[in-house]
Amino acid sequence: MPNTRVRVPNTAKAGEVVEIRAMIMHPMENGFRVDSQGTAIPVHIITDFVCSYDGAEAFRVRLEPGLSANPTFSFFIRATQSGPVDFLWQDQDGTITKASASIEVT
Amino acid sequence: MRTLILATVAAAAFTAIAAGRVSQKDSAQSGPRSGYSYLAPETQRLQEDDFANPGMLWVEQGEVLWNQPAGLSGKSCATCHGDAAQSMRTAATRYPAYSLAARHVINLEQQINRCRTTRQVASALPYESQNQLALTTFISYQARGLPMNVAIAGPAAESFRRGRTFFYLRRGQLDLSCSNCHEEHPGGHLHGETISQGQVNGFPIYRQLWQAMGSTHRMFAWCNEAVRAKPYPAGSQEYVDLELYERWRGRGLPVETPAIRR
Repeated sequence: MPNTRVRVPNTAKAGEVVEIRAMIMHPMENGFRVDSQGTAIPVHIITDFVCSYDGAEAFRVRLEPGLSANPTFSFFIRATQSGPVDFLWQDQDGTITKASASIEVT
Repeated sequence: MRTLILATVAAAAFTAIAAGRVSQKDSAQSGPRSGYSYLAPETQRLQEDDFANPGMLWVEQGEVLWNQPAGLSGKSCATCHGDAAQSMRTAATRYPAYSLAARHVINLEQQINRCRTTRQVASALPYESQNQLALTTFISYQARGLPMNVAIAGPAAESFRRGRTFFYLRRGQLDLSCSNCHEEHPGGHLHGETISQGQVNGFPIYRQLWQAMGSTHRMFAWCNEAVRAKPYPAGSQEYVDLELYERWRGRGLPVETPAIRR
């Protein structure tokens, strides 16, 4: 399973806008490269990234081959109540990688 | 008369070129300068940010491998060495180093493999493999901020001498030595690229061109190919010797692993 890194603040005040960061180790092979033998390297990318906060989808991205390796996302959500922040990456072949954190709203 | 003028002009031009060369050499000799200082501010910030720095992915993976039993012995690195933050604190500053067991100078990658084959009874990790890079990055990361300080006296002297010769020897179709660029023209440009001093204090590095981590030997091979010379294989004694010389050349520079380079 690919290595992932996520950063979610442990605590936040109600109504506070907090930064969420997520990164995954992935080659994001764009399909235009050839190896040393001249054989084309097939496309191998992550196609979808979804972040949900307290069960509801908060952020979604469709990824394309032009993105660089190890894609990292940084975005903001408004903390409303304590709950889990779940991350999901879907590979082009359907492989799903998950990560999770939680935020406590005071 | 005309000849005399031409000769004067030529002499003046030569002096100007020579002066330029000397001043650039002086700047190189004023002290080692990390590749970090040649980066664009955005790239420097990427390296400083421990979350955004993609090299940290390898550090984390290396930590997992450090604690994971391998081979017939069923031992992990941690079984013998314990907490890497203490036991491996200075390892990256000291390697390459002379190994009594191997009877020659070996680098960190080779020391890891010696541990694997003799203590863990596991297979050696292939050069530039994901796991080897992860372990080397994790171990080097423990020394972050400490000055590089390799031993070049005694049994390592011969290896050091060979590495130094390699550094100054012209090679490839372009007939360039390492020193031609990295000692005589740091701060200059090759197309859009700024030439650095070629210091290795950040290795293994996350190179943006590769979009992955790479060892010193991958970089040496890349540089050799760039001057159209046939590269030596990663892990070859030639590159270990060069690595020793390079680490000595940048002595005192802090270890920056995992560094970001272009």
